[in-house]
Amino acid sequence: MALVKNGELATSSFVDASGAESIPPTGPVIVSLDQWKAHRDELVKRGTPLGIRMHSDQPPELIAADLPHFAVVALEFPKFRDGRAYSYARLLRERYGFKGELRAVGEVLLEQLFFMLRTGFDAFDIQSADPLKDYRTALADFSVWYQPTADGRPTAMQLRRKH
Amino acid sequence: MYRYDEFDARFVNERVAQFRRQVNRRLAGELTEDQFRPLRLMNGLYLQLHAYMLRINVPYGTLASKQMRKFAYLARNYDKNFGHFTTRQNLQFNWIKLEQVPDILQHLADVEVTGIQSSGNCVRNITADQYAGRAKDELADPRVYCELLRQYSFLHPEFSYLPRKFKIAVTGSPNDRAAVAVHDIGLRMHKNEQGEIGFEVLVGGGLGRTPYIAHAIRKWLAPEDLLAYVESILRVYNMQGRRDNIHKARIKIIVNQMGIDKYRELVDKDFEFTKNGALKVPDDEVERINAYFAPPQYEKLEDQTQALAKIRSGDRAFDRWMRGNVIEHKVPGYAIVNLSLKAPGKTPGDITADKMDAVADLADRYSFGEIRVTHRQNLVLVDVKQSELYELWHKLVELGLATPNLGLLTDIICCPGLDFCALANARSIPIAQDISRAFTDLDELQKIGQFTINISGCMNACGHHHVGHIGILGVDKRGEEFFQLTLGGSSDQHASLGDRLGPGLPQAEVPAAIRKIVDTYLVVRQQQERFLDTYRRVGIEPFKAAVYGEESQAA
Repeated sequence: MALVKNGELATSSFVDASGAESIPPTGPVIVSLDQWKAHRDELVKRGTPLGIRMHSDQPPELIAADLPHFAVVALEFPKFRDGRAYSYARLLRERYGFKGELRAVGEVLLEQLFFMLRTGFDAFDIQSADPLKDYRTALADFSVWYQPTADGRPTAMQLRRKH
Repeated sequence: MYRYDEFDARFVNERVAQFRRQVNRRLAGELTEDQFRPLRLMNGLYLQLHAYMLRINVPYGTLASKQMRKFAYLARNYDKNFGHFTTRQNLQFNWIKLEQVPDILQHLADVEVTGIQSSGNCVRNITADQYAGRAKDELADPRVYCELLRQYSFLHPEFSYLPRKFKIAVTGSPNDRAAVAVHDIGLRMHKNEQGEIGFEVLVGGGLGRTPYIAHAIRKWLAPEDLLAYVESILRVYNMQGRRDNIHKARIKIIVNQMGIDKYRELVDKDFEFTKNGALKVPDDEVERINAYFAPPQYEKLEDQTQALAKIRSGDRAFDRWMRGNVIEHKVPGYAIVNLSLKAPGKTPGDITADKMDAVADLADRYSFGEIRVTHRQNLVLVDVKQSELYELWHKLVELGLATPNLGLLTDIICCPGLDFCALANARSIPIAQDISRAFTDLDELQKIGQFTINISGCMNACGHHHVGHIGILGVDKRGEEFFQLTLGGSSDQHASLGDRLGPGLPQAEVPAAIRKIVDTYLVVRQQQERFLDTYRRVGIEPFKAAVYGEESQAA
């Protein structure tokens, strides 16, 4: 699956086992919250990079204490209309200090990328024939923003006050 | 009035360009209708029964004359020569072509108007007291905070896909003309014990199929914390609001399910993090915005009470209009003038392109070029010299905008109903027209006194029927339209939801039923008691008996 990460096409080195019956024995792997709870000790011991994939009804406080174990947190958009993960992303970045890869998965479409970028996602599993083009299109839409978020883009209010 | 600076202007132009691309993608088949729907809704574009409808924001009900002229231009060139003002102080065009919408939005952007978030599951147009900054009973001008909220809410990256729509209203007066208690968030400016002005914050009010009066979530909030606290309310809602059932997705449902105390606890927990962050409103930004709302260059005048009394005693029609439609201004020698969009037999809130232009001209000539839109679907000129009232009145009479019925029985709120709306069950407009034709005697209307009738064509309640002194709800019974009456609703500072009077009535019987209710009221009222107060005193029974007869009461 083509991934756009930090503005470039990338291939995920992680195997997404979150929907699988068993977890592959070696290599970087993404697991579900249930798998993490069931196999926590083995997963920690195997020493490979770990990721976790969260459903949209699983808020990040469920994994807040475990975040140091994860290189990737993938947040699901089961439908593009389900906006819970925008809040989860901000909480992960701004409140829990998560510095790893924050990946948008599920129904991830061009017209939502702008919001995802601003809430702290840096990797996108875009459903498109040309994900990079979509990403660049979305990024070019706006040059001014009103809301302060952890992406650090200056808001209109901050720009005004510099004048 | 607020004016865009370079950042606001750039943002709105970029938004138009973005929507142009989205429309092109839709027309090219790159977006499904399901994917396109939320995008067009967030630009105010609905698909109605016969055509696309475009809803245009009038932020907190304030409009410049050049913006009104632009509406007239658009009505002529892109619609059928008229527009409709709504209960969110917005303007709707009913006959719009999809391909033309980007051009229309560009025309609007050129005069600093948008359709951004006038629909969709996001924060909608912020509404306010239509007399903000002018009313004599006002504690503080709410417009600066409305504008801060407008900017804060536009394309909020976290809150553009909320469980459901989200409406905020603000009043700076203890006499609530903005219906804040039936909003997702209602803000009331008031003083704390130290005498500092802040907000009482209400949450979880709303109408629709499950109406609720809002709960107080915070007694007093410092203005500098407004955005941070609103963000916390929105965040809890975005994460906890129901997404499994569209009819249970509004914040009022979750607030009432978990209880206001629990909701407050969650908000306060989040607010601990937000309150000292980047959302704190700096004083200089408040000052910057407030400068736009500085009072116009008023002349030093004296009140013209005696001179006006003389004219009034010689001109009964003028006297009636003065009593009904003209309101005290906080500056001596000036008055607030309400323009009624409720002439007998007309559609409440509708206005033609020619009249839009005429109102814009009158605003320039008599009222510093500013027009207000009320949530009761009328227009206001807020800064008229008392010495020019008589002259202005003559011009308004010619335009058919001087019906002296403000706050009276024929000042009806009415949604577009089944004549336009894809959601409606019944035609609400003909009911409004029938009632206005049944009560044309101006002396009688004044005798009846303060009275609100609110009509919705379906349970979504765009016509605010739950909070009308009389509410009328259109329902569909096996393919036939019936109208359910409720009594005793109110949206002011003593808000209440109406009680159901009895079984629905066919359209033809509604005016007669209203007549019976009014006649009963006139018999049982004490002194100058309003209908609402009479109702609260005597209850529903006398009115039930009047409309349905004694036998149905026994049954």
